[in-house]
Amino acid sequence: MKTVSVMIVGVGGQGSLLASKLLGRLLVDEGYDVKVSEVHGMSQRGGSVVTYVRFGDKVYSPIITDGEADIIISFEKLEAGRYASYLKKGGKIVVNTQEIDPMPVIIGAAEYPENILDELTEKGVSVDALDALSLAEQAGSSKAVNIVLMGKASKYFDIPYEKWIAAIENTVAPKFVEMNKKAFDLGYRS
Amino acid sequence: MKKLMIGNQAIAEGLHDGGLGVVSSYPGTPSTEITEFLSKFYDIHSEWAPNEKVACEVAFGASLAGARAACAMKHVGLNVAADPLFTLSYTGVNGGLVICVADDPAMHSSQNEQDSRHYAMASKVPMLEPADSMEAYAFAKSAFELSEKYDTPVLLRMCTRIAHSQSIVETGEKVPATLKNYEKNPAKYIMTPANAIKKHPLVEERTLALQELAENCEYNKVEMNSDEIGIITSGCSYQYVKEVMGDSASILKIGMPYPLPVKLIKEFASKVKTLYVIEELDPFIENHVKALGVDCIGKEKFSILGEFSQNTIAKAFGKELPESVSADSVIPNRPPMMCAGCPHRGLYYTLAKNKITALGDIGCYTLGAAPPLNALDSTLCMGASVSGLHGFNIARGKDAEKKSVAVIGDSTFMHSGMTGLVNVAYNATNSTVIIVDNSITGMTGHQQNPTTGYNIKGDPAAKVDLEALCKALGINRVRVVDPYDLKACNDAVKEELAAEEPSVIISRRPCVLLKSVKHEAPLNVDTDKCKSCKRCMTLGCPAISMKDGKAKIDTTLCVGCGVCKQLCAFDAIV
Repeated sequence: MKTVSVMIVGVGGQGSLLASKLLGRLLVDEGYDVKVSEVHGMSQRGGSVVTYVRFGDKVYSPIITDGEADIIISFEKLEAGRYASYLKKGGKIVVNTQEIDPMPVIIGAAEYPENILDELTEKGVSVDALDALSLAEQAGSSKAVNIVLMGKASKYFDIPYEKWIAAIENTVAPKFVEMNKKAFDLGYRS
Repeated sequence: MKKLMIGNQAIAEGLHDGGLGVVSSYPGTPSTEITEFLSKFYDIHSEWAPNEKVACEVAFGASLAGARAACAMKHVGLNVAADPLFTLSYTGVNGGLVICVADDPAMHSSQNEQDSRHYAMASKVPMLEPADSMEAYAFAKSAFELSEKYDTPVLLRMCTRIAHSQSIVETGEKVPATLKNYEKNPAKYIMTPANAIKKHPLVEERTLALQELAENCEYNKVEMNSDEIGIITSGCSYQYVKEVMGDSASILKIGMPYPLPVKLIKEFASKVKTLYVIEELDPFIENHVKALGVDCIGKEKFSILGEFSQNTIAKAFGKELPESVSADSVIPNRPPMMCAGCPHRGLYYTLAKNKITALGDIGCYTLGAAPPLNALDSTLCMGASVSGLHGFNIARGKDAEKKSVAVIGDSTFMHSGMTGLVNVAYNATNSTVIIVDNSITGMTGHQQNPTTGYNIKGDPAAKVDLEALCKALGINRVRVVDPYDLKACNDAVKEELAAEEPSVIISRRPCVLLKSVKHEAPLNVDTDKCKSCKRCMTLGCPAISMKDGKAKIDTTLCVGCGVCKQLCAFDAIV
C-alpha cells in the first residue's frame, strides 16, 4: 500500500504527543511500518507544534511536506490554516474550532483571521469541524481535547472502535482512563 | 519484540544492551531523552552532570576503570566537552567509550547550526551516524566493540529528525556489563608531552586502520540500482533520497562519516554516470570525495542551510511536486513564549520597565527576548551572560554598571556561570548578576540539577546553596527576591545596580509547570472597572488578551500568580 500521511498540529501544551503515541501504537499493532516525528524543546512553550505520523508497507521519510498529508488533525483553528498547504488534493482536515490567540494577536501586532475554515472549504478542502473543548469539558477535563479529536478522526482510519479504547487503556495513566474513554466516545459520536 | 521508539530511546536501549555500566550527561535538545531513558535502567549508573565537560570526563574515568561508559549532549555541548575529547583520542580507552552528540539542523531548539562531523575529523575519532531508530539501536550497541577493538572513543552522531522520530526497533540480546581489569599504565593515560608524542603516530595509524574498516563494514552500504545516477548520502538524507528515488538511483549510504572510505567511494563513483552527494549542513562527505579527485554534485544543488525533506530531493531532480492549497488569510506567527504564571515574567517586566541592558543566557528565560517584553540584549552560549556582562562593563565603564545586568538560570549557572562570576569578583567590576532560580532545568523538559536537591532518579541529593556559593566565589552582596512581587523585584534591581560593588540577585520561584507547584485560583477582570489602559498587556502573559475593548483573562491558562493584579491601577483584576 501507498504510505498514508497524517499530521497532528496544535499549540504547545495541548497534548499532541499523547495523541501521536496512541495512533502510533495502534498502527504498529495493525502490522504497518510506522514513523512518527515530532520536535521537542523550544517549540513546546506555547508555540505552534506539529507531529507527523506516516504508515504503510515501508515508510522512509519521517516528515511530511506540502501537498502530501491525507489527514490533518488540528487542535486549534488557526493552526489548521497554517498547515493547510501540507494537505494533498482531496485531503481532510479534522479541526477543533477553539481559538487560542498567539502572542502577536494578544499584543495587537496581528489579527486572528476570521474565516479560515470557510476559505479552506471554498478551495475544496473537506473540513470536519467540532467544538472539542466543550466536549472535553463534558467528559470531565478541558485537557482531553486531544482525545476528543482522536475520537472524531478515528473514522478516517481502518481501525475498529474497540482497539482505540484498548489503546487508551494501555497508554493513559489509570486514573484518567475513564475520562479519556468518555472524551474519545464524545468525539467519535459527534 | 517490535516497538516504536524515538531514536534517542533506541540509543539508550542499544547502549544498555551493549553492556553499558556508566552514563553521565548534561541535558540539551535534541539529546536529552538518551540519558532520561537510560536512567530508567536500575542495573547501570546514570547521572546528570553539571556540564558536558564533566560528563565526558566522568565517562573517561569509568572507561579507565574498565566499565563501558557513555555521555550524551547536544552539538554545542560537544564544544564544552571538546577539551577531554581531543586528548581521549590519544589515551584511548579501557572499557568502551561512546560519546553521543545530537545536531540540530534548522535550529528547532538551538543557537547555531554547527556540524559535529568536523569534531570527529579534528579529534581523529571515529563517528557513526544512524538513519533510523533500528540503526540507532544497532550502532549504539556495536559502538562499544568498535571502541575497545580500536582503542578509541566513538562519536555517535544524531540529528533532530533521527533523535526525535519514532520508528520500529527490534531489540536483541543484552551483552552483560563487565568490568575489565584496571592496571596502572602511565604511557597510555598520562598525556605529558613525552608520552603524547609517542601516542600521536599511533592515532594516525589507528585512523588508517579505521579507514580500512570503512571500506568494508556493516555501517557503509551500497545499493546498486542504476548506472546513470549515483548518490552518496547519510543519516536522514538517506530516507528522503529513498522516498523520492526509490530504486531508480544507486546509493552509497554512509553510516560511518569519519573516517570515510576511499576505495569504496572511487569504485562506486566509477560505476555511475553522475554522482551526487546529499548531506545536511556542511559539505563534509563532498569535500572528501572531491579531495579524492572524484567529480560530484553537492552543495551547489543541496543547501548548506537547514533541514532537507523529500521535497528538497524531488525539486533537485526535477520531479513533479504535489499540488497544494492554502488559506487566503495571513496566518499570524505563533512563537513559543513564557507560560502563564512563569516566574521569569515579573523579573523581565522589571528590567524592561527600567530600560536595563540585559545580557541573557540559554534556557526558557531566553524567551524574555520576545515582544512585548523585549527584555534581553544578547544570547550567546551557556554562561556567556555573566562573563559577557563583565566585559561589557569594562568597555563602557561606570555608567554601564548602573544600567546593565546578566540573567542566567540555576542550571546554566551551575554549568558555566560560576566561573564567570569568579571573574567578576576577581577582576572587579560592579556587575549585577541575576540568577533566575526556578528549581529545575526547564527548557529541556524538567531535569534535576545540583541546585534542586534531587538526582536524575528523583532521589534526594546534596543541594548547592546558591547564596553561600556566590559568597564563597567572592560576591558580598547576595539577596533573594520573589519575582511574583513586583515591588520587591524593582527595589532589588535598583538597589543592587546602585551598589558600589558586584552583586547577585537570586530571583527565586519554582517553575509553574512543576507538579509540586500548587496553582492559585484563576483571576478575572471586572469589566466595569477595566479602563482599557492595556497596562496588564505589557506583561506578555498568554492568559491575558483584549476582547471587546476590555482585558480578558483565560481562566483555563491563568494560575493566579497575581503579577497582573499588581500592575492594574484600577483594581479591575480580582
